Amino acid sequence: MSTATLRQAPVHQHSRILGIGAYRPSVYVTNDDVCQWIDSSDEWIRQRTGIVTRHRAPADVDLIDMAEGAAQEAIAKAGIEASQLGAVIVSTVTHPYATPSAAALLCDRLGATPAPAYDISAACAGYCYGVAQADALVRSGAAEYVLVVGVEKLSDFIDNSERSISFLLGDGAGAVVVGRSETPGIGPSVWGSDGSKWNTIGMTHSLLDVRDLSEEAERDGAGNAAAVLGTEAKIWPTLRQDGQSVFRWAVWEMAKVAKRALDAAGIEPEDLAAFVPHQANMRIIDEMVKQLKLPESVVVARDIADAGNTSAASIPLAAHRLLQENPELSGKLALQIGFGAGLVFGAQVITLP
Amino acid sequence: MASNEEILAGLAEIINEETGLAPDAVQLDKSFTDDLDIDSISMMTIVVNAEEKFGVRIPDEEVKNLSTVGDAVDFIAKAQA
Repeated sequence: MSTATLRQAPVHQHSRILGIGAYRPSVYVTNDDVCQWIDSSDEWIRQRTGIVTRHRAPADVDLIDMAEGAAQEAIAKAGIEASQLGAVIVSTVTHPYATPSAAALLCDRLGATPAPAYDISAACAGYCYGVAQADALVRSGAAEYVLVVGVEKLSDFIDNSERSISFLLGDGAGAVVVGRSETPGIGPSVWGSDGSKWNTIGMTHSLLDVRDLSEEAERDGAGNAAAVLGTEAKIWPTLRQDGQSVFRWAVWEMAKVAKRALDAAGIEPEDLAAFVPHQANMRIIDEMVKQLKLPESVVVARDIADAGNTSAASIPLAAHRLLQENPELSGKLALQIGFGAGLVFGAQVITLP
Repeated sequence: MASNEEILAGLAEIINEETGLAPDAVQLDKSFTDDLDIDSISMMTIVVNAEEKFGVRIPDEEVKNLSTVGDAVDFIAKAQA
């Protein structure tokens, strides 16, 4: 019997976000544009959601293009080469292939092959899930540098005539590189799920329904989605939500999660320089600020006004903008929290890059 | 346990805080949406604050049935009983 001792990867005590990047697509959809599709008004949308415009990608810009744009900036700002990446994580719910992953293709485009690459399906919490994983990978010694990208082309999965969620949504990508640090840079992640609310946000129907509906359409010459699904759904699945239930969960349950993330990090609200919540709705943001009793000195990210809700991309996009507009926030503490379809949530206090 | 009058007054206070609406505008026969112009998000904020104030639980699926102020007062009174 061998007496050899198994070697494990050396553990590193601290990690932090080294660089951040963003990609904002070129098309801006105004509330007046939205009102061509639903019976509403600019004033109504602003009042209910705080959204003025949302950016969306044109047909010739796909998910990977946006992810690549954000990733390249994050890698450059981290001061590393793509070839040094030890893992590539893409958080998205709008990669249009069940397999292979968006991350493997992105990894190759960036020149990071053969780094391990995988996608996370955690909707609007996807970026915080990615940061939780990157932090663990770096500190466990599994990877020296980890790229986390939150990217969505939600415009491929909306129905413009639908009123529960479509008009809120935008496209975009945000990315960070996480690496080793001499000082603490990522607080403990408070993350979780509540699958009992699986039906409150998500797609109208499954890919198997798409198959059945398509077969039916081929057979009958015209798709009769309503007959098959018992709804007025079209063949193509799109996003829906029960806004009222989601609002209650997002504000009051997520405020508790945010407080737990602060406690876990040993940070008081007045120690924070910034609050970067998922950009779901301005009124959720406002109500959370109230629930958390954040002092006025905390800069609150409100990127949603121009960007709309970009799901997994919203936190890094909002953080990127905060840093552009307030460069003095670099090196300061921010609380970030993502929450969405699953339902899933993730939060951590981080040092802004 | 609060009387219906106390529940009404408490609700009026919560509604005033959320929407700025004068407390005496909040009457039993008023519809939250049609008369008081309270949208679904404000309604949820009012519901959560009412839960806290009156120590009751108002489930999401129940909120949809509360169309008038009177419906809400009745629900809270029953839930407290």
